Amino acid sequence: MRTVSEIVAQLRQVADDPKGSVARWQKETGGRAVGVMPVYCPEEIIHAAGCLPVGMWGAQKKQISKARTYLPPFACSVMQSVMELELEGAYDDLAAVVFSVPCDTLKCMSQKWHGKAPIITFTHPQNRKAAQSAANVFCREEYAILKAKLEDLLDVRISSAALKNSIAVYNANRQACRAFCDAAARHPELISPADRHAVIKARWFMEKSQHTALVQELNAALDAAPVVPFSGKKVILTGILAEPAEVLDIFAENGFAVVADDLAQESRNFRQDVPEDDDPLMALAKAWTALDGCSLAVDPDKPRGKMLVDEVKRTGADAVIVCMMKFCDPEEFDYPILLEEFEAAGVRNLFLEIDQETTSFEQARTRIQTFAEIL
Amino acid sequence: MYTLGIDIGSSSSKAVILEDGQRTVAEAAVQVGTGTSGPSRVLEEVFAGTGLTRADMAFTVATGYGRFSIEGADKQISEITCHAKGIHHLIPDARTIIDIGGQDAKAIQLDSRGNISKFVMNDKCAAGTGRFLDVMSRVLEIPLDKMGEAHFRATEVAPVSSTCTVFAESEVISQLSKGLPRENIVAGVHQSVASKACALAYRVGVEPAVVMCGGVAQNPGVVDAMEKELGQSIIVAPHPQLTGALGAALLAYETWKKEHQA
Repeated sequence: MRTVSEIVAQLRQVADDPKGSVARWQKETGGRAVGVMPVYCPEEIIHAAGCLPVGMWGAQKKQISKARTYLPPFACSVMQSVMELELEGAYDDLAAVVFSVPCDTLKCMSQKWHGKAPIITFTHPQNRKAAQSAANVFCREEYAILKAKLEDLLDVRISSAALKNSIAVYNANRQACRAFCDAAARHPELISPADRHAVIKARWFMEKSQHTALVQELNAALDAAPVVPFSGKKVILTGILAEPAEVLDIFAENGFAVVADDLAQESRNFRQDVPEDDDPLMALAKAWTALDGCSLAVDPDKPRGKMLVDEVKRTGADAVIVCMMKFCDPEEFDYPILLEEFEAAGVRNLFLEIDQETTSFEQARTRIQTFAEIL
Repeated sequence: MYTLGIDIGSSSSKAVILEDGQRTVAEAAVQVGTGTSGPSRVLEEVFAGTGLTRADMAFTVATGYGRFSIEGADKQISEITCHAKGIHHLIPDARTIIDIGGQDAKAIQLDSRGNISKFVMNDKCAAGTGRFLDVMSRVLEIPLDKMGEAHFRATEVAPVSSTCTVFAESEVISQLSKGLPRENIVAGVHQSVASKACALAYRVGVEPAVVMCGGVAQNPGVVDAMEKELGQSIIVAPHPQLTGALGAALLAYETWKKEHQA
């Protein structure tokens, strides 16, 4: 049986080197990779086509220059670095790129693609709570169009059986990831915030059943380890993502353990399974309309704050850290609502600006250290 | 028993020596910060004439942007915690602290025991900080320490609307070229700083007594603009640039005492 650190090291290698990981998979299988832009692409359709869906979450600490020609300076840093990478040809080996467009920046990005890979854009219906049945039908149709375009582009047929199998593969991965989050919360002495992030991030660059196998091996190793008392503070992260990794290292330096997250790059993708349905495209559509608590998915009831307060109670967390993606309008609009709900519930919280481009972490260090001092 | 607090900021270095956590033995400030000769010079200055050396210090706390670069410090504590400690010691009624330093601005809410309930910091932008005033002082050819006097000679407040320091500099140059009185532009610059800093204060909630500290609190023009923006009076902390170092020295004393009681 391998140790926790050995398995984590393998997953960290994947997370730290997406290009190398995808190249290895392609060498082993001869398969093609399809890029998926954030957020909530029904990857199962790509997986059922025999391709590797690859997450496109920008790059950490990347200097932005060429992207400035096409993007305003107030586009979020994930999109800035995606644009820089596409202009550098980083995505040219992909067989296709799939765009969802739930925010204005993604909508505009999908209309000014500069890579060589062909793009397919689809729309998530935002009347998903107000008119759920209609939204399900619309979303199913969008996914059917996406499937047909992928079939044409990749010259493959995606059968209903293959799609059902891929949904099962993804649901198994979701279950493994949820179990990992709970195991990591029990073992902050073994899983640092940066380890936790890397284990989850690796799922964007691996075939999901391979990722599931590694995470299940890791979960077994964590389950076998004795639970030791933790003297630090437990926090929940919420936002789009929590990078660069240096920020997570500052959490660790100040004695913080991440016991749960509500990040668009992490748990929001696996906190619920795709539901059962005889029609696999309808099952995927229902997963979108059932999704709760994301600033990019319209919900007039705004349950995110309540979900976070409940998660604080469930995990015994000391606080919530709002990882605010710089220049992300949907997240900025959610923040005042969250703040009011945190204060009403007595949940301690910290606002932390996230900018993938940054190379200076002193302000983040001051905020995080102060927060550790006052908790 | 002596303790030392050192506050190494982005544009100044400060130090305070306390005896038994009560009496200030010496204090010093040098107007250059981390990565310069400031830290070593401020240590030389604070010990000069006291008959004391670093070896006499029972405990040293370093704070500020350069807190991890001070050799021999027993502990590093964030400047937000240190300013809160220093202000509560000086003004126990303080509930809202606005600290404007060289490149950071912070708003801190305290409870009645001096504990920090909430805090917010500016983003990475230099607008609303001491750096913004440095740039404007150069463009306006008015020394930083004369900006306050110029502010009170203004007949009206010239608008400085840009939130970005670089754009605001262009805006000020444009106003100068139009022949607007420099005093009016100074008042506009101060109002711009005040609106940025007050936005932070509004986020933590403004409860009296409101206290200002940090180097920018030495500029009465900014304090005046802040009072107008908040619609209430502000207490400027005594030696406002030194409250972080004072808080660090107080926390050094408390930590030493705790360790020796245990």
